[in-house]
Amino acid sequence: MDLMSLTAVELGKKIKAGEISVKEAVKAAYKRIDALEPEINAFVTLDKENALKRAEEVQKLIDDGTLDGPLAGVPVAIKDNMCTKGLLTTCSSKILDNFVPPYTSEAVLNLEKAGAIILGKTNMDEFAMGSTTETSYYGETKNPWNTNHVPGGSSGGSAAAVAAHECPYALGSDTGGSIRQPSSYCGVVGMKPTYGTVSRYGLIAYGSSLDQIGPIAKDVIDCAAILEAIASYDKKDSTSMDRRIYAPPEPEKEGSQENQKPRGYDFMSALVDDVKGMKIGIPRDYFGDGLDPEVKEAVLNAAKVLEEKGAIVEEFDLSLVEYAIPAYYVIASAEASSNLARFDGVKYGYRTEEFTDLHNMYKKSRSEGFGPEVKRRIMLGSFVLSSGYYDAYYLKALRTKALIKKAFDTAFQEYDVLLGPAAPTTAPKLGDSLSDPIKMYLGDIYTVSVNLAGLPGISLPCGRDKKGLPIGLQLIGDCFEEKKIIRAAYAFEQTRTYECCDFAKKEVF
Amino acid sequence: MANIISDETIEYVGILAKLELSEEEKEQAKQDMGKMLDYIDKLNELNTEKVEPMTHIFPVMNVFREDIVENGDQREEMLSNAPEQKNGAYMVPQTVE
Repeated sequence: MDLMSLTAVELGKKIKAGEISVKEAVKAAYKRIDALEPEINAFVTLDKENALKRAEEVQKLIDDGTLDGPLAGVPVAIKDNMCTKGLLTTCSSKILDNFVPPYTSEAVLNLEKAGAIILGKTNMDEFAMGSTTETSYYGETKNPWNTNHVPGGSSGGSAAAVAAHECPYALGSDTGGSIRQPSSYCGVVGMKPTYGTVSRYGLIAYGSSLDQIGPIAKDVIDCAAILEAIASYDKKDSTSMDRRIYAPPEPEKEGSQENQKPRGYDFMSALVDDVKGMKIGIPRDYFGDGLDPEVKEAVLNAAKVLEEKGAIVEEFDLSLVEYAIPAYYVIASAEASSNLARFDGVKYGYRTEEFTDLHNMYKKSRSEGFGPEVKRRIMLGSFVLSSGYYDAYYLKALRTKALIKKAFDTAFQEYDVLLGPAAPTTAPKLGDSLSDPIKMYLGDIYTVSVNLAGLPGISLPCGRDKKGLPIGLQLIGDCFEEKKIIRAAYAFEQTRTYECCDFAKKEVF
Repeated sequence: MANIISDETIEYVGILAKLELSEEEKEQAKQDMGKMLDYIDKLNELNTEKVEPMTHIFPVMNVFREDIVENGDQREEMLSNAPEQKNGAYMVPQTVE
């Protein structure tokens, strides 16, 4: 049996039990990476030497009992927009082609504290702007289910690496669906936590009011375990939320508390196969025009399964769904134009070779360093923030965001969890999306509103279409109610058997 | 296309964005931005007259901390990524005559 076919938690158990060493796990991952990368291209940078060295250190800490968490010794892949000290962090952009961060992002640091071994950095859409991983400076990643199709994006490298069993799990980031949509396309489980749950310190910013880091893994158990490891209140991120204060109160549990995690951070305690009495709302507006009939059928079938398990499932009108994408693109582009102003060829990254003066150097470095989609969004963002248009576009979008948030607040007075598709279709073919930006943006219709409202959302496999491509089910919870979506997702997952692609089954020697 | 983006607008936005676009890129940007704005104009269907703009999801105001330096001296580490450096400082083209 290949070690990479195990989930992260299963692998962690074997390491803890001494059945395999950390080094063996790391080597098994690289063996698959070396064999499959020519066809998948999920990674931008590998860190073999350091990973093997760190495997020995972590092994010692496991052996002497210092590290005993579920992820101790388990290798991981990190999306290339999270800073890793001493290891290239490019955002899949030419402008950061040579950037070696002097510090590590808080989420990755938290993983390291839990005993994770970083295998390398995964490919993404340039600066996380895209839905296909085709805007990467380092070439597109292929979907392991069918290499003629995209893996989704922007965390396409992370999702493809997990789906191809190149690594047990990965971190992604989600600004408008960038964890959930590629997880849906690649048949894996991906979760975006409530805004403020995982520190953004060291995450190279795209849309700061929307960005969240989250797990991509083979199953819901892994996602809960990873989220426990990466979530933390961090003073260095002023938008970090202390969940011990904000998480909803729960009745005191009886018996011994094996789980040591504090209130608000004990996600694994929600891994309970019971949805009796849980109220699940299906937004009718999520099943209108543009939704692929096969996706629709699979998702509604999942709702039926949960209903059979005792959940109360109802349809309702969420409203405002069609306004989420235009509001999102105004807000995300505005924030991007401001955030990406730092790339000027002075402190780090690419600097043009020939220039006449300082401003010319800025302009040429940026124009040569950024790709077309990034430039498009910086231009749009600069425009909607410019005087004369600020009220009409930027403030209008922020007002729309308030209305969308209110619509969700109303829905969550009635329902514990909302259920719908993660994306309107399965993975499109390579090259089909970039020609028409608006069409590509429409693919985010079910995911962006979750970011605008700061909510937690999870995508998990619920079937496959006639082409054999995975279909993703999305469950959305109210702010700080991760445990409800974890419980619903876990209960649904219990009714299915894990399916992996042929690439994942491929034996490597 | 309802939104026609003029050459002047693209020129002005280029200055704000600190981007130097080729003639071809400018034409493309005019098309792209016009199409995006047509699409974004959908927001005008909504009456938002009495709605406050929402910048932050949670009612968190300024987050203060004591003004104490917590990180150490990382000058060399920070400078190690600079395209050009001199005497412990970032080097840029001459800006003052």
